[in-house]
Amino acid sequence: MSACLDIRDLSAVLPNGQRVLRSVSLAVQPGEVRALVGESGAGKTMIGKAVLGVLPSSVRIVEGDMLLEGEDLGKLQPKARRTLIGARTALIPQDPLTALNPSRRIGPQMTDRLVRILGWSGEKADQRIRQLLDEVQIRDPDRVLKNYPHELSGGMRQRVLIAAAFAAEPRLIVADEPTTALDVTVQKQILRLIAQLQREHGTAILFVTHDLGVVAKISQKVSVLYAGKVVEEAETAALFAAPQHPYTRALMAATPRYTDPFASLKPVDETVLAGLAAEIASADQAWGRPHG
Amino acid sequence: MDDGRISRHGSGAKLWLAGGWLLLALLAAIFAPLVAPQDPLAQDLMLERLPPFWMSGAEPGYWLGTDSLGRDLLSRLIFGARIAFIVAFAAATAACLVGSTLGLVAGYFGGWADRIISRIVDVWMAFPPVLFAILLVAVLGTGLSSVIIAIAVIDWTRFCRVIRAETMGQSRMDYVENARIAGYGRIGIMLREVLPNVVPSIVALLSLEMGIAVIVEAILSFVNLSISTDDPTWGGIIAEGRLSIHQAWWVLVFPLITLILTVLSFSQFGEGLKARFDPVLR
Amino acid sequence: MAEPLFSVRGLKVALPDMTRKPLIGRAPLAEILKGLDFDLPKGSVTGIVGESGSGKSTLGRALVRLLEPSAGSVTFDGLDITHLPEAELRPLRRNLQMIFQDPMSSLNPRRTIASIIAAPLKQNGLGDNLRARIAEALQRVGLPQSFASRYRHELSGGQRQRVGIARALALSPKFVLADEIVSGLDVSTQAQILTLLEKLAAEMGLTVAFISHDLSVIRRLCRQVIVMREGMIVEASATDALFENPRQSYTRDLISAIPLPEIDAGWLNIPPAAKAPT
Repeated sequence: MSACLDIRDLSAVLPNGQRVLRSVSLAVQPGEVRALVGESGAGKTMIGKAVLGVLPSSVRIVEGDMLLEGEDLGKLQPKARRTLIGARTALIPQDPLTALNPSRRIGPQMTDRLVRILGWSGEKADQRIRQLLDEVQIRDPDRVLKNYPHELSGGMRQRVLIAAAFAAEPRLIVADEPTTALDVTVQKQILRLIAQLQREHGTAILFVTHDLGVVAKISQKVSVLYAGKVVEEAETAALFAAPQHPYTRALMAATPRYTDPFASLKPVDETVLAGLAAEIASADQAWGRPHG
Repeated sequence: MDDGRISRHGSGAKLWLAGGWLLLALLAAIFAPLVAPQDPLAQDLMLERLPPFWMSGAEPGYWLGTDSLGRDLLSRLIFGARIAFIVAFAAATAACLVGSTLGLVAGYFGGWADRIISRIVDVWMAFPPVLFAILLVAVLGTGLSSVIIAIAVIDWTRFCRVIRAETMGQSRMDYVENARIAGYGRIGIMLREVLPNVVPSIVALLSLEMGIAVIVEAILSFVNLSISTDDPTWGGIIAEGRLSIHQAWWVLVFPLITLILTVLSFSQFGEGLKARFDPVLR
Repeated sequence: MAEPLFSVRGLKVALPDMTRKPLIGRAPLAEILKGLDFDLPKGSVTGIVGESGSGKSTLGRALVRLLEPSAGSVTFDGLDITHLPEAELRPLRRNLQMIFQDPMSSLNPRRTIASIIAAPLKQNGLGDNLRARIAEALQRVGLPQSFASRYRHELSGGQRQRVGIARALALSPKFVLADEIVSGLDVSTQAQILTLLEKLAAEMGLTVAFISHDLSVIRRLCRQVIVMREGMIVEASATDALFENPRQSYTRDLISAIPLPEIDAGWLNIPPAAKAPT
């Protein structure tokens, strides 16, 4: 069975030649949640954007392949690529408020994609959306569909967006820090919903987050990123049982744990950062040679 | 990051081109008696409607030709620049001082001060500006100072509105709150923390306003409401050129080009300066 | 029991609710804090935790009197500051300092770091010997002296927050309000900033109100915790007691909702699948 998403040696640069993705390889199997974890500047959001084909114009992919269900995105014409990505993927964004148009009602915003991109009839789209709203435990869909985004709470907006993401039965969902803007109690509900829908629909998820706690709860596999490079990749259970890379260990020690306040919140050691810098530099050197 | 560098580079070129033209025009205006090839007021009916230098029938020393009274067009444009620049600097500065101060007060203090100032601005902007200017000059009498006062009185609202909005944004920043924590008074905070952050916008607006003042002065001259008809003004020359467009197109075209270049340069210069000031932000 | 630095009784704060402002006339007042009673003992670090809308930031701003309470009393160091006018507050300001959530917005982009740290010193009669005082402030938070001439955009997020701390502590205040000071930082930077604050608070004997949404961080840093919800105190107790034996179900929910960085298959508690995976 081929991978749902297969990224091979993906490198991307800024106009000044600086690499922002450094030969990233990762595969997401069908129905699997793969976490991308890292701090700011790690390139985790960039990978999600590359998959969805929405990289900012200043970032240019210079090497590598991305295969979506076996189809090489790089070999497709732009229009065919857009259609393929549109039909098989979806996004759960970080900020549910800016992801919704403030001056349109929720209903049409949710059905738009189904009608316009997938060519469903309005009635079918409406039915589907109601079914999904039920699955994300929105009890009064009539009211919510007529509401404007600002009339819903943050948690409700995120439920709406999760419903919209699953509505078209995508094979892959990119979830970009979907719970970062939420309160912890709401975060737990939303994580539970995502996990539940993911299992029921068999959807693969590329789950971008900075929080190792979230990684532990939601994912089966994880890639730890630093400066656009995958420094460690493992089964989630294995990673937490025995982290291999010094940076992963340092991140775990820095993450606060109320169960063990004084063993956690450890500042990252200088030697770890120096080691990372050396690792990045040597990777760049090795990469730079054949590319001039 | 990098996009910023590219756009800043572009704004650099704009800044130099616009600044170069303005400097050239300014120097010509200051040293008008030295650089003008002829007396701008000297009439000579023998020399009427001479064409510019590259056309047949041109006379040496009359580079851009002459008007229907035989006056040298280039010299008239150079002397016209004097009035244009005096009006630009004086009127724009006056409008800027009044408008920026009120905008800063309205934006920072809010409440009643904001309500009163904003209502005045609303009422002010309901008047059509050109008619308002003509009315003012008609009341004040023609003359350089009337033109300057008229422009300042009309256009302070432009500063007030923009600076008020910028000040409101700045006032919400934590460093303003922190200045209170540090023990500063309200006026001290306004001048110390807020003002420096709205200065780039003030500078850009000031430059833009100078260009607008040049246009308004030209419009007033055009309808013969500016200063004495003897002194050459760009608007006055354009008005005259319009009458002889079929016999001597250059009398209309050259002042128009000068006017457009100058106004465009003022606005581009302001934008360029703002971009120069701004790398501090983010 | 040490005498409290802050003593808060029946504190209410009402703010204009702009979402319900009529077309003409004033916005109606919404009560954000609905009657709070608590003490902050001298030299203690107190955590104030709550979700969005709990009023924790409003409470902080009422303590340092950026907001005026609508009812109740706030006593600081034996002095009732509830309704003190701005002019009379000014001499107290040096003892009521604050570190902000977003170090980007809390540092003026057009001022050098030296000038930012100098501002409160000058305003509070410590303008002599400025250079040495700035050097000391920078050194205290572990920033090199060369940073004095830099601007905020030349600093990383963690460095900016260090400047925020340096500025607040330059006056050796009695009280510091820390409002979500690490929520915008990466975990590795967060750990540095928190250990720095922990160290300085102990060294300088500071009384700190540490506002946060993150109970894990609070457990490490704070001796006592105030749990807030919708403008009221749900529970206030010593930190260890709160975590080991939370009395309120809301507190229990808050604690159990924290995703710990460890495998726990039962945490999400997903009901058995209604249908088989497709």
